[in-house]
Amino acid sequence: MSNRRSFLKIGAAAAITLAAGGAIYRMVTPTPLPHPFALDGQARAALNAIIPVLLGPLLPAPAAERAQALAATLARTHGAILGLPLNTQKEIQDLFGLLELAPARRLLAGVSDRWEQAQPAEVADFLQSWRNHRLAMLQTAYLALHDLVLGSWYADPSSWAAIGYPGPRKELLK
Amino acid sequence: MSRTNIPLNQTKALIPDPVQAGLAAGWQVTDASRLSADLTLEADVVVVGSGAGGGVTAEILALSGLRVLIVEEGALHSSNDFNMQEAQAYPQLYQESAARKTRDKAINILQGRTVGGSTTVNWTSSFRTPESTLAYWQSKFGLHSYNTAALAPWFELMEQRLNISEWNVPPNENNDILRRGASKLGIPTALIRRNVNGCWNLGYCGMGCPTNAKQSMLITTIPSALNHGATLLTRARAERLVLQGDKVMQLDCLALDAAGLAPTGRKLTLKARHFVVAGGAINSPALLMRSGAPDPHGLLGKRTFLHPVVVSAATFEQPVNSFSGAPQTVYSDHFLHTQAIDGPIGYKLEVPPLHPLLLATTKAGFGAAHAADMAQFPYKQATLALLRDGFHADAPGGSVILGSDGAPVLDYPISDYLWDGARRALLTMAEIQFAAGAKDVAPVHEATPLYRSWAEAQAGIKALPMQQLAMRVVSANVMGGCAMADDARQGVTAADGRYHGLSNVSVHDGSLFPTSIGANPQLSIYGIVARLASTLAEQLTGQPAARPVRS
Repeated sequence: MSNRRSFLKIGAAAAITLAAGGAIYRMVTPTPLPHPFALDGQARAALNAIIPVLLGPLLPAPAAERAQALAATLARTHGAILGLPLNTQKEIQDLFGLLELAPARRLLAGVSDRWEQAQPAEVADFLQSWRNHRLAMLQTAYLALHDLVLGSWYADPSSWAAIGYPGPRKELLK
Repeated sequence: MSRTNIPLNQTKALIPDPVQAGLAAGWQVTDASRLSADLTLEADVVVVGSGAGGGVTAEILALSGLRVLIVEEGALHSSNDFNMQEAQAYPQLYQESAARKTRDKAINILQGRTVGGSTTVNWTSSFRTPESTLAYWQSKFGLHSYNTAALAPWFELMEQRLNISEWNVPPNENNDILRRGASKLGIPTALIRRNVNGCWNLGYCGMGCPTNAKQSMLITTIPSALNHGATLLTRARAERLVLQGDKVMQLDCLALDAAGLAPTGRKLTLKARHFVVAGGAINSPALLMRSGAPDPHGLLGKRTFLHPVVVSAATFEQPVNSFSGAPQTVYSDHFLHTQAIDGPIGYKLEVPPLHPLLLATTKAGFGAAHAADMAQFPYKQATLALLRDGFHADAPGGSVILGSDGAPVLDYPISDYLWDGARRALLTMAEIQFAAGAKDVAPVHEATPLYRSWAEAQAGIKALPMQQLAMRVVSANVMGGCAMADDARQGVTAADGRYHGLSNVSVHDGSLFPTSIGANPQLSIYGIVARLASTLAEQLTGQPAARPVRS
């Protein structure tokens, strides 16, 4: 099943509520020259809600440290997205475009409030439901979030001590 | 003296960088991302790609006196840049930041995109093409010159050139667990030969060798070609071969920006007598498809093989430190050789190195469960099974298709026949891991199964749903898509690598293979392409081809 068809299925399921949705329009209308991913306000808000749930106990508890670690992970996730082919960056932009739409957020993600107010348990349920979703497109969206966020966390040397990884030989580091 | 537009890196590194030295000594290298105007160049032969096929071809042609132009989509990175960090290595050195995926995103594909191609980032495993694979090619594809005796001298030549030899250092614990577990079960294993010279046994082959021990194309054939007058273009995407009748007149390329993502608008026009396509399976057929190369039987881009891989993770009492030491040194072909090649799918057993990003993204789940398992990182062992696709009607491989922007995507459906092999392989791997003393074994699957005994694993794996996106499948070996065959109705290329229907185009990479290899393919590409390139050099010069030797 192609991803395009999956998008169309969602379109059919949610057509009434999503009639004004620009994201769906972008998904089914290929643009010739995709732009680099932009971490706009709502993508940022969604990631700020999603990252702590994917990382769980990895984020430190004290508020200031936690905020700093979250901001650093968000920045690295953004950086990882910017290294992907432009077509893939556009798919990720479309994913956040979809999550930004209130009806889609409620209908497909089951998150009732804006991302800023989303509760961790609600976000965890959303991630679990996409992880096991019958629509391959939502499964792949979950997997993309999983890889981008967890990959960005463990790519950073600050995460290594906690998992007993000494890192590469220091004398060879540039 | 310098004949490159790449600024020279003057830093004194602990390890001398032969690529920086070559640039300083006058190699002709143009980074297309830095071009401020369009460029037209002419040569005897244009070689598209600088990996296993392109590197071997460029050296033999350049040594034989031909003017060679090498086109590479990736950038020129070398030991001064290789810092053993996944965060830099994956975006810099791999196709699509090491996240290239099949069309349904069910298989993650690791392929290099840098000077040296996948040889710059592979794990150095070196196997000659198995005799059973060659026998199948002879009987099914009429490739009679592809027999063990005829190819042996070419494998010997490249083994000498790339120092492919026994690796006499004891395997790291990750590999040794495979050896010990298999041995307890009476499953024979053997040691993998490696293309290294003075290897430090660090374990970072996948991020570019920081000590220049790995005899990749980056530090062997490409430097040799450049020393013999070849020109290298980097950050140049081969867009289209321009055809006139049965002849290619020129190759049109697009300059990419420094990040390698978007075209800058600068165009490169490359003219030559002959064109060698060696962009790797997926990119080679895609270039020929974009160019409208003749394909009367609808074979171009078809039968693309992946050696689909499934992974079994295990936790041990003792530290395994799978990030440290030569990544692949032990293998077993028991499950390839004990059954018919065209029966239920066979699989080769090896291990992958584990690094934090690679393990974290491969591991299913999130939150506390994921974190708790990652905390066991030093105690983790992983075994992999590489499925031998292409020898059965139900393993016909995938098809390369072009997106609206011309970028290739591989459509590779996973058949029940392949899933059956995946399940049998997971059973084998769990049994071996428990025999070696594993505390627990976990097939890499979204259901995050965890087994504490072989009996539990047996029952669990038999019931595990084998579904795309649930069962993790990866690939680091892409082959086929421009298959060779004696008969043009069976393959788009002939046994000599010439493209059927085009008078001045050859394909010299793993895309030639009419099936998968049944072993990590680098030495198959080196040996087979050395023969093809030598024949081509003789045809183009009228003289015997030069023989490459290790410097």
